[in-house]
Amino acid sequence: MVVGDLANEAIDDLFHALADPTRRDIIRRCAAGEPSVSRLAQDYPMSFAAVQKHVAVLERAGLVTKQRRGREQLVRTDAGAVGRARQALDELEATWRGRVDRMSDLLAPGTE
Amino acid sequence: MSVTSVDRDDDNLTITLIADFAAPIDQVWDLWSDPRKLERWLGPATHPASVEKHDLTAGGEITFFMTGPEGDRSWGTWRVTAVDRPTSVEFTDAFADADGTPIADMPVSKIRVQLTERGGGTRMEMHAAFESREDMERWVSMGTVEGLQQAVGQMDALLALCDS
Repeated sequence: MVVGDLANEAIDDLFHALADPTRRDIIRRCAAGEPSVSRLAQDYPMSFAAVQKHVAVLERAGLVTKQRRGREQLVRTDAGAVGRARQALDELEATWRGRVDRMSDLLAPGTE
Repeated sequence: MSVTSVDRDDDNLTITLIADFAAPIDQVWDLWSDPRKLERWLGPATHPASVEKHDLTAGGEITFFMTGPEGDRSWGTWRVTAVDRPTSVEFTDAFADADGTPIADMPVSKIRVQLTERGGGTRMEMHAAFESREDMERWVSMGTVEGLQQAVGQMDALLALCDS
């Protein structure tokens, strides 16, 4: 099982991007709608440049995409990338649900 | 159904699962403390588990492997960090090589299990946490058979309902 350097870099970008609460909030907002960077900037107590920087980090990690419309840049969340982080918890949950079901079978009367 | 609730925290990478069994606490504890019983529930039907080393004491190790349909084996090691018989056990769950040595850079999850007597039966609360987001992501990239297995199990249950 060898994870290539490129894959590792991509993973680092992903987790760095997800580690910040403002960026997680941007992901949520851009999953529900498709706000422009300037619209986003109005909602956070920070400069336009700071919000733009957050969006750039998310974009590099593949979590959001930017699309130019006229003078605006619209930001949209890439649902697939967000889903990958959740998938691990799905798998962990499935593993233990399966184990509990088998434990229950073993404990049922008449099983020995 | 044994699973009473599952609470997930996607931000903190944890899962808390509560199950209620209609069995006395000692019987539920035996599922963990008896290696022959442990291997009967650890792996899914297609990947039966064999427990090699079983030292359920603080600082001890439990090593096991699961054998797939093609004869392929995957190894795991639990490093036990705390035990209070018959009510709690804590360990770290790691992928291992054939010697039972945890593989460096492989994902690790921390598991805490608590048993309590409740209404003539036993409640088991299991708390699982990844040590880092990196671990969580790699765990997915490893792929597990259990997700698929779970789906098949649910189909079986549905079929059984249709038959009855």
